[in-house]
Amino acid sequence: MNFEHTDDRRMLADTLVRALRDGYPIETRNAGAYGETGYDPAVWQQLTELGIVSALFDEAAGGFGGSGFDIMVVFEALGRALVVEPFLGALMAGRALAKAGGHDETLAGIVSGETIAAFAHEDGATPVTATKSGDGWTLSGTKAVVSQAGAASVFVVTVEQDGDPLVLLVPADTAGVSVRSFNVVEGGAAGDVTFENMTLGADARVGGEGQGQAIVDAAVGAGLLALSAEAVGAMEFVKETTLGYLRDRKQFGVPIGKFQALQHRMATVLLEIEQAHSAVINAASAFDGDDATARARALAAAKYTIGRTGALVAEETIQLHGGIGMTWEYAVSHYAKRLVMIDHQLGDEDYHLQRYIALG
Amino acid sequence: MDLSFTPDEEAFREEVRSFFRDKLPARLSTLVREGKRLRKSDMEEWHAILNERGWLANHWPEQWGGPGWSVIQRFIFDNESALAHAPRVVPFGVNMLGPVLIKYGSEEQKKQWLPRILDGSDWWCQGYSEPGAGSDLAGLKTTAVRKGDVYVVNGQKTWTTLGQHADMIFCLVRTDPAAKKQEGISFLLIDMKSPGIEVRPITLIDGEQEVNEVFFTDVEVPVANLVGEENMGWTYAKYLLTYERTNIAGVGFSIASFERLKEFAQMQKKGGRSLADDPLFAARMARVEIDLANMQTTNLRVLAAVAGGGAPGAESSMLKIKGTEIRQEITSLTRRAYGSYAAPYIPEALEAGWNGEDVGPEDAAMAAPSYFNNRKLSIFGGSNEIQKNIISKAILGL
Repeated sequence: MNFEHTDDRRMLADTLVRALRDGYPIETRNAGAYGETGYDPAVWQQLTELGIVSALFDEAAGGFGGSGFDIMVVFEALGRALVVEPFLGALMAGRALAKAGGHDETLAGIVSGETIAAFAHEDGATPVTATKSGDGWTLSGTKAVVSQAGAASVFVVTVEQDGDPLVLLVPADTAGVSVRSFNVVEGGAAGDVTFENMTLGADARVGGEGQGQAIVDAAVGAGLLALSAEAVGAMEFVKETTLGYLRDRKQFGVPIGKFQALQHRMATVLLEIEQAHSAVINAASAFDGDDATARARALAAAKYTIGRTGALVAEETIQLHGGIGMTWEYAVSHYAKRLVMIDHQLGDEDYHLQRYIALG
Repeated sequence: MDLSFTPDEEAFREEVRSFFRDKLPARLSTLVREGKRLRKSDMEEWHAILNERGWLANHWPEQWGGPGWSVIQRFIFDNESALAHAPRVVPFGVNMLGPVLIKYGSEEQKKQWLPRILDGSDWWCQGYSEPGAGSDLAGLKTTAVRKGDVYVVNGQKTWTTLGQHADMIFCLVRTDPAAKKQEGISFLLIDMKSPGIEVRPITLIDGEQEVNEVFFTDVEVPVANLVGEENMGWTYAKYLLTYERTNIAGVGFSIASFERLKEFAQMQKKGGRSLADDPLFAARMARVEIDLANMQTTNLRVLAAVAGGGAPGAESSMLKIKGTEIRQEITSLTRRAYGSYAAPYIPEALEAGWNGEDVGPEDAAMAAPSYFNNRKLSIFGGSNEIQKNIISKAILGL
């Protein structure tokens, strides 16, 4: 057994953590996160130049990493700094294209960071349908709360079909596409993406007949791993900050960390974070394996675990801080919001618990 | 045992219900039901309606304008009020300061301040917590030094709820720095328009501005505004805190918000069926519903044990802990019920009078901010850890 990351991966992680700690203070983050676009394009450019997106893809896709553990270290670092720039869309849309092959130019743009991509998966009130028209399709309906939809120049869109889902690449400027953008509660942006009788040629298809489910699984699996790792990174930051507060803040003449009532709560937080960390390691390890069921189960287990633990850590750290943890000015409140709201992305803890049971 | 209300109590409940039906403006109940932010004028409007009926200060003695209700009647009123989606009575003047003045204030103070609380002439706020004195309230540092006919006040208060609207603040101040920390505290009434007072808003986790910091620099307060005796303020402060914790269980609020959650869970679809039929979500709802029914009975048992009125003592700590846990769990389930559509942050949708188009289901924009805002319930009014300390000491004798 060896729980150490390889040297290369450790260097990548250290570089990222350091760069984000020095160049991405919470004020910078919040200015982007709660601003009109929900992120800062200049920061995005700086971070992509560090090779963050490239680390999420293997050499065949133009990257230099791409394993489960690469995704893990990158998103842990992003979570630790509460990054809102559009990495999740790059990962999910890019992994879909990489899995399918073809669309090389778009994929290259995503991996280099020049193209902002979004993965439009969850249906809104009117599900997206595709009807055959000529060689291509006519698309109608709405995809719900797509991360960074407003900034994206391309969407990878999934359409439920009998049997195998259809995956389509749709440039955002195609006639018939509209995006309703909004900020999200924890900072960052998303949007509802609506397609109105939009016609697409045959070349819009990502992958061939019968490949749809595998492509969706690749993209969603990477997304689940990324979100789980991001949550663990955020939990680590929150844990360290809360510990500092317990040591510094005095009431009744002693640091509040001397009170057993608070010690036990913090001990619970610590051990649940360690469990979450292990869940992400399990998922990253299974991610590269050949056993599809084991992979799916480990990913469901990780997302279930961080959903449950994320809310626990958020609620406990706010409580341990008292009023300060409730203020906008204090960084922990924004981390707490992210830790709670991450459960609302790609299926919540109940969804993944039921999925885990169904996978046997 | 008989858990039903007596015929008199049932008749009272009907009277209360018909009052809400007739007198609660639909505009206000809609705002409350939808979880929107109330303006100062909305709160004042409701106070005036209650006051006209003589029901605003419902735990004051009749001599000072109270209706002479039993604790059970007050419980019924509070519950029906929440179920009717009436605005909450702003507690600082009516529920907190009022009882202190009635018990410890001079005749002049009662005559001067109590009618003004009732008719809305003064909006009061609370000056208890300080940056270094939260759970350790007696560790407060704001000083008041007597110079002739005035006290000169210096220091800082924090978490002053709705202080931005206030005309007056009741404050704990240190008048004897040499005494043991509980013994050198006095209770002062301070005009917010006094020179030397500055109010700075604190933005909370959900973007809301409901609490403030209040700074005092050489603020002069007439000696006539001292309540009771100098250096005896801690006694009055503790008396007030038992009132602060009365009805903090908020059973009525929980019932009202749980009913809304149930309705929404029936409508909301998840995986091809209603969310209410999702086994895990249904189990979460069932647990909280059972807890809530138990809580209601616990609350009534505590009230029944308080013979002849007054506020419950350490038992109110039990109500605070369990009641706030239930309220928080309901806001958590409500947030979850909206799925992805809990995420959009539309601050303007929280304001009364917003006519924009919803993102996702109706009222989705309120779900997450309400959940985050209500994390405060287990922190303020003495955190739930402090309540457990009180239970350990006062009830368990540990």
